[in-house]
Amino acid sequence: MRRVYLDHSATTPVDPEVASVMMTYYTEKYGNPSSVHGFGREAKQALEQARTQVAELIGANPKEITFTSGGTEADNLAILGTAEALRTKGKHIITSCIEHHAVLETCEHLEKNGFDLTVIPVDEEGVISVDAVQKAIRPDTILITVMHANNEVGSIQPIAEIGKLAKEHGIVFHVDAVQSLGKIPVNVDEMNVDLLTVSSHKIYGPKGVGALYIRKGVRIVPLVYGGGQERKRRSGTENTPGIIGFGKACELAGQRMAEDAQKQIKLRDKLMNGILDRIEFVKVNGPLGEKRLPNNVNVSIRYVEGESLLLSLDMLGIAASSGSACTSGSLDPSHVLLGMGLIHEIAHGSLRFSLGRQNTEEEIDYVLEQLPKIVERLRMMSPLYDQVVRSNHV
Amino acid sequence: MYTEKVMDHFTNPRNVGELENADGVGEVGNAKCGDIMRIYLDIEGDIIKDVKFKTFGCGAAVATSSMVTEMVKGKTIDEALEISNKAVAEALGGLPESKMHCSNLAADALHKAIENYRDNQQKKE
Repeated sequence: MRRVYLDHSATTPVDPEVASVMMTYYTEKYGNPSSVHGFGREAKQALEQARTQVAELIGANPKEITFTSGGTEADNLAILGTAEALRTKGKHIITSCIEHHAVLETCEHLEKNGFDLTVIPVDEEGVISVDAVQKAIRPDTILITVMHANNEVGSIQPIAEIGKLAKEHGIVFHVDAVQSLGKIPVNVDEMNVDLLTVSSHKIYGPKGVGALYIRKGVRIVPLVYGGGQERKRRSGTENTPGIIGFGKACELAGQRMAEDAQKQIKLRDKLMNGILDRIEFVKVNGPLGEKRLPNNVNVSIRYVEGESLLLSLDMLGIAASSGSACTSGSLDPSHVLLGMGLIHEIAHGSLRFSLGRQNTEEEIDYVLEQLPKIVERLRMMSPLYDQVVRSNHV
Repeated sequence: MYTEKVMDHFTNPRNVGELENADGVGEVGNAKCGDIMRIYLDIEGDIIKDVKFKTFGCGAAVATSSMVTEMVKGKTIDEALEISNKAVAEALGGLPESKMHCSNLAADALHKAIENYRDNQQKKE
């Protein structure tokens, strides 16, 4: 069966170049980077090269990079580590309602343990207002944590402006850049960030590796204690092959970003416009144009339910995702779509396609050929659609 | 996550549609929770002669609706009232745990349609 992968915001394939670099560090150069001998030294050297590669992609100094087990751990380290370091200074944290669960749940954990949390709303395009952040700032605010680009609707946030505010008030600023890295420029100085989360498996690197950028001078209390690896910020023997793969993936991302973005914007708009042209009662979720990630398409197809769409697409080999309750693991649909003001019914019918390096125009044609048939079939079954058809014909 | 039987009923649902002048119609769920099932019954004497459904919802919602229509066709009203949500799920070879409560409502829709039929009968008398 033909297979079309359009779920790159969930994860990406490992680039063959990345995989081949990694392999050596499993089977030949398997030393522990902390060891004194030659095996250890060659691993250490490669580890430090990877640190430089990651740092270069985000405009940081290699010493400011701490490797972790992924984006979730980096988010936890940033938030819990800052809260612990600054708990005598203040107890107030600001975040937004569209953050990834790795941020939201961590903030809510702190709230249960004596911290105050302000969750900033977003507009209907899923964008945070700088003004709202400014109004939320209090004398005891210690941390602002906001994502660079949203994973569901691709909305790009005004990070540099929020960072400027944070700087003026002496507040630590953390940004989750898991979705934006490799897709749009990420620069820690231009964005005025103190802490930045990145992840390997979203940029054609291996799973189980991420990093937290920690600006020089910013204090973080570690989550994991032990042998003092990663400048005592994250103990545990380093995942050398994974980290080296991540480094290579960062290097490739830097080289290919402009070309990838240009190509994916074209496919994105072809897919989005094609859906709007071919299917009635469709709403685009998230902003259009410059404020949207190059690879994100998110639409709500009214009168049908998201999981049914996903199953039907999957039977044709097309991989996508949805914000419907059935796929969120709870009874409510995506908190992001609800946060943007969508009613439940429309959020349940959301469909996200996230493009990647290997997607072709021909694959988009295939989706555009199949999706209308799927929607038609599901709508014929839908009691909600009846009502619409009837009221239109009366 | 779904059994082959669920996928079969999702892909080729039986008895989709509506019945004009149905003797009983039952609807459960709401758009907020993401599942709406509506069942139409034609009843002659005590026997369910024909049954159709329309469903907005996930794969489990569609499959349970389809399955319940298959289970109930030709049955008496009393037999139909004995069909439970659990029995529908079992007939499908089981549903994922997370679906047992939210999308497994087809028997409820059936029972509501029978209730509606009985109300209509009473009004006629």
